[in-house]
Parts: sequence; C-alpha cells; structure tokens
Amino acid sequence: MTMPSWEIWAVIVAIGAGTFLIRFSFLGLIGARKLPDWVLRHLRYTPVAVMPALVAPMVFWPEATGGAFDPPRVSAALATLAAGYLTRNMLVAIAAGAATLYGMLYLLA
Amino acid sequence: MSTASVRSAYWTGVRHGAPFTLVIMPFGLLFGVVGSEAGLNLVEVMGFSVLVIAGAAQFTAVQLMVHEAPTLVVILTALVVNLRMAMYSASITPYLGAAPLWKRAIAAYFLVDQTYAVAHARYEARPEMPLSERLAYFFGAVSPVCPLWYAMTLVGALAGRQIPPEYALDFAVPITFLALVAPALRTAAHVAAAAVSVLLSLVFAFLPYSTGVLVAALGAMVVGARVEFWMERRA
Repeated sequence: MTMPSWEIWAVIVAIGAGTFLIRFSFLGLIGARKLPDWVLRHLRYTPVAVMPALVAPMVFWPEATGGAFDPPRVSAALATLAAGYLTRNMLVAIAAGAATLYGMLYLLA
Repeated sequence: MSTASVRSAYWTGVRHGAPFTLVIMPFGLLFGVVGSEAGLNLVEVMGFSVLVIAGAAQFTAVQLMVHEAPTLVVILTALVVNLRMAMYSASITPYLGAAPLWKRAIAAYFLVDQTYAVAHARYEARPEMPLSERLAYFFGAVSPVCPLWYAMTLVGALAGRQIPPEYALDFAVPITFLALVAPALRTAAHVAAAAVSVLLSLVFAFLPYSTGVLVAALGAMVVGARVEFWMERRA
C-alpha cells in the first residue's frame, strides 16, 4: 500500500476509538434503556451484510490473477461456505477452503 | 459474597473462554501475516490488534487500504462491521451496568464476540450472580482470549515476511470471511441479507473508492431486517 505512516495511524486510531465508543455506548453512556426493535433488527445483520460484500469481488475477480475468473478460488470459496454452513464450525470451514484452494492450484498447475 | 466465590467465578470464566483459543490462534496469526504482507510494519500491525481488537474489522480495513480506498471509507466500513457490538453493549448492560465507570470502560474494551457470547449466556443462566462475580467471570473469559490475540498477531507479523507468493495468501482473507459468515447463516433472513450483499457488491463494484461495499452492506441490512419482519408476521 502507498499510504503514508501518519495516515495508517490515523486509520488505526480512528477505528480503535470508534470501536471502543460502539462497545462503550450502552454500557457506559446510555445505560439500560432498550434499543428500539427496528434498530436491533438492522444491527443483527451487520456481519452478514458487510463481509459477503467485501468477499464477492475478491472471489469473482481476484487480483492475483489480474481480475480473471479463477476456478480454484471460486471452488475454494464455495467449499468454505458449504463446510461452514453445514458444520457451523469456522475452523472446519477454513480447512475446507484452504484444502480446496491448494488442491486445485496443484492439480491445475 | 466471599473472595473465594469471586475467584471461582474468575476460573469458571477462564475455562469457558479457553475453547476459543482454537479460533483465536489461527485468526490472530492470519491477521499478523496478512497485515505485514499488505505492507504494514510490526508496530502498525500490533497497533491494529491492540487498539481495535476486532478481527473482522481489522481485516476489512487492511483489505480496503490495499485497494487504496480513501481514509474515510476505510474507517467507515470497518466501523460498520463493528456496529453489531452496539447490540452486545446494550444486551450486557443490565448485568454489568451497576459497576463503577472505569470497570465498565475496561469491560467495554474487551467486549469482543467471544467474551460477549460466553458472558451473556452465563448471566442469563444465572440471574442471581452478584456483580462482583459477574465481573470476575467476564475477566476470566477475557484472559485466555484477548492476550492470545495480541501474541498471535505478533507471531504472524514476524513470520509473514517469509511467506512466498505461491502460497496464494491473497485468498486467506476471503476464506476467513466466508468461514465467519457461513455459520452465521442461521435463518432465511441471514441468507437473504448475505445474498443481497454479494449481488449489490458485484453490481456496484464500479463505484469509486470501494464505496460499493457500503452501499451493498446497507442494502443487505435493510433486506435482512425486512425478511425477519415478514417471517415474524407469517409465524
């Protein structure tokens, strides 16, 4: 990356401070007041809303292949998703994805 | 309440947090490796793990920084990933809200996915637990999880520079994210949100400065919430 060091630290400190404020919000400032239902309803989906959006372009247009569709990477992504969905276990999912990726890269090399 | 029961609550917390070491070790290691491969120096990688102490947000930030997204977009997107923690904060407040401010501040810093999950489950199961034991239990659960996160980040950052490109580490981040998301696809609403997130991120990939991710995330949150609402009305 080409970011200067001061900017990297600005990012780290801002995310650190913001994350602390999110964690401290109710515990420290707002107290035991309840969040409105519609807010909770949206917050519940933040992880599954953000992470797939970050991943999808990396899966379909990986930088390592110059953006070309890459069967090993797409298969590895599908294997990770399937293993994680079926076993509900993050480590099994990572192992399945890594095994598929390296297996396919080896076979297609 | 005795010091003995407080001490025993602490050790129960340690025991309940211990299984997470299996997740924290590879995840922390991976962040160290990915961070240093991305061009961060040792202090910067450690700065992330100590000041942010939230894996998914850290990976998100590094990923966007590699893609030269503007600073504000990097910060905003990483914080959106962490918005779920407002929910943790709200749901733990009835149990820890009576503690002194400085203890609540320290607890807030350590309120990560794993410590929240075990503490909330324990407090719900034992509503009679006094505050001192609740705090002891919480910091017990923190003990095997958070220091290990720093340590494994350090190991990963030190090792990262020695890993050659044919190991295809570019794909460590997508695999890790998918492994985090897949077990969370518990309901039709979660699946719908994830599907919309994928679709919108591909459709809006042309938007400058990686802002397509934010658009996709907001759209997916709304869809997840709507689907949940419909399912509840049908039920």
